[in-house]
Amino acid sequence: MNFDYNEEQQLLADSVRRYLQKDYDFEARRKIVASKEGWSPQVWAQLAEMGLTGLPVSTDFGGFGGGAVDLMGVMEAFGDALVVEPYLPTVLAARLIRKHDILGSVVEGKARLAFAHAEQGARHRVGHVNAAAKQSGAAWTLDGEKKAVSGAPMADKLVVSAKDAKGIALFLVDAKDVQMRPFRALDETRSADVVLKGAKAERLEGGLAEVEAAIDFGTALVCAEAVGAMKFACDTTLEYLKTRKQFGVPIGTFQALQHRMVDMYVAYEQAKSMACLACSKADSAEDAKDRMRSVSAAKIKISDNARYISQESVQLHGGMGMTEELKVSHTFRRLTVITEQFGGADYHLERFASL
Amino acid sequence: MDLNYSAEELAFRDEVRAWLQQNLPADLREKVANYDHLSKDDLLRWHRTLAKKGWVAPAWPKEWGGTGWNVVQRYIFEEELGFVGSPPLIPFGLTMCAPVLLQFGTEEQKKRFLPRIYNGDDFWCQGYSEPGSGSDLASLKTKAVRVSDKGGDHYVVNGQKIWTTLGHFADWIFCLVRTDPTVEKRQEGISFLLIDMKTPGITVRPLILMDGGHEVNEVFFDDVKVPAENLVFKEGKGWTVAKYLLGYERMNTGRIGASKRELAKLKEFASSRNISDMRFKDRLSRLEVELMALEITNLRFLDQMRRTGQPPGADVSMLKIKGTEIQQMLTELMVQAEDPAEAREIAEKLGPRYCSMRKTTIYAGSNEIQRNIIAKMTLGL
Repeated sequence: MNFDYNEEQQLLADSVRRYLQKDYDFEARRKIVASKEGWSPQVWAQLAEMGLTGLPVSTDFGGFGGGAVDLMGVMEAFGDALVVEPYLPTVLAARLIRKHDILGSVVEGKARLAFAHAEQGARHRVGHVNAAAKQSGAAWTLDGEKKAVSGAPMADKLVVSAKDAKGIALFLVDAKDVQMRPFRALDETRSADVVLKGAKAERLEGGLAEVEAAIDFGTALVCAEAVGAMKFACDTTLEYLKTRKQFGVPIGTFQALQHRMVDMYVAYEQAKSMACLACSKADSAEDAKDRMRSVSAAKIKISDNARYISQESVQLHGGMGMTEELKVSHTFRRLTVITEQFGGADYHLERFASL
Repeated sequence: MDLNYSAEELAFRDEVRAWLQQNLPADLREKVANYDHLSKDDLLRWHRTLAKKGWVAPAWPKEWGGTGWNVVQRYIFEEELGFVGSPPLIPFGLTMCAPVLLQFGTEEQKKRFLPRIYNGDDFWCQGYSEPGSGSDLASLKTKAVRVSDKGGDHYVVNGQKIWTTLGHFADWIFCLVRTDPTVEKRQEGISFLLIDMKTPGITVRPLILMDGGHEVNEVFFDDVKVPAENLVFKEGKGWTVAKYLLGYERMNTGRIGASKRELAKLKEFASSRNISDMRFKDRLSRLEVELMALEITNLRFLDQMRRTGQPPGADVSMLKIKGTEIQQMLTELMVQAEDPAEAREIAEKLGPRYCSMRKTTIYAGSNEIQRNIIAKMTLGL
């Protein structure tokens, strides 16, 4: 039993945190979000420089072959700083590619990826795929429509799930070969609906089981990111309670607010415990059932507590919490997206009870 | 990061589990499983069984009978006790009075009381709360006046304590009493006294709770003469003693082991009643998830404690808050899972259990007081 990061994990998390504090403060982030592209190539280059883009990639392609626990501290730091660069989409897609030369470019920071999976009407059912794959000789083409593909507008290649004669399979598609309708998501990250019309595709290894495992991996990472965002929401709200004065005293002297603040911290600690569980089980579960059950349990708690903490943090800030000017309102939006990302509490309650 | 116990810790757990399975008498296991009230004999029989094995007071120094186990082993042992469904080890002697004597008592006091606590010769209870002093404990009024006569130095105690758990079984009571009503800072006029329950002038009156059970009492003191040698630490320093006890390693307040056993029972029960209501299943799942989270949170505290060698801070109050909420929800869902046609079962067993568990968020520092503690000590509010 040991809840510490190892030395490498800790060093990496610390250096990412230091970098973000220096170059990715709220003002810097605001400029990035307001830019036409909605992400910063300089930041991406820096993340690659620190080894982050290589972290989840196999050592065969110049990466470090890291798991969810290796990424946990990084994701917490990203949650704290509300990083909008498409790190999670790239990590998730890279995990599904496993073997391909594009991974070398990912490690070097020259390519970004996205995972195009969700479709209209799928909700969060992983097996709901209607996009169709057609083979002629050695060549594949894809037809269909993928919704809300996070990171797609800045991706060089997309990993796309589609059905062939045998079931769900995975393909690599060049971003230039699809039509995109980009939009800015509620949490200010960039996303796109993607239309595939006879799009040229390369067949990858893996099917539904690999998609399920990758989504559980992504869920574990988003749990860690949520924990970082929740910690910021709690800390900044506590600071506000100590400085904001009404009736001649700091509002933190009121017991009605003190108890709510305590409940927020307890909710954060409980969420953090479950993020530890999700990340370690994403790396080393006994079997798929053990992994799915643990990740679902974690996501139930993260979803419930992310909603709770985000709502309370705005409420305790009063009107100021509603404004664009305060970071907490942006953290609120990120946490709101996280509550449903990779399935909300309702979805995971059903999966948890069925396992 | 590794959330699992080490191979040695697992071996230790298995050893404890096997021994408990073998040595917990069937009738006691049955009574606990049925939520029956336990007699003094039931409680002492189990206490003495553990004492004989050498496991009744793991945290004590080895010279007084402690096991020398580290914090993780002690935690595992306590959780296994809960998980197997043993009668509770009554804390007033073992984990309240004894740590106080070990820290503040004289050699004579230690020699006189500790072996008898260990062997279950004396049954202790706690005299803190008073009718007018609940959460605001420092306002207590029970008066102790020091007098000298030819019998030696004594305190004469007058007043009333309330919520005295198992006071009707007790041979001894440790009390906070007011020895100086004149000091400006009211905490400084309080002393910690050990009182023999057989002393003339003590009256114990039962308070029957809504589950019909007799667990708590009122204890009245009417000119009760207590030898001055029964004062622990210095006169007027009782608050220091009480505060020390509050900070005493409270790693087991979450009662994870017992709640895991109750959860397994609830799940089995719900499935035997063919409950298909998704809303019930969702509440059950959320409860299970909360318990999983609390267990990991508890292990995180333990890991931190093991690494730093420091007792946990005020944060540990959250274990009490969440642990008791879980205990209550377990009994609440149990009542709801029962077939309404089995109203008799509800009236006789599940209902009283539900009623009884409402106490958990009130006793041992209400959950509101726990929030005050975290707000002040951890958050600096």
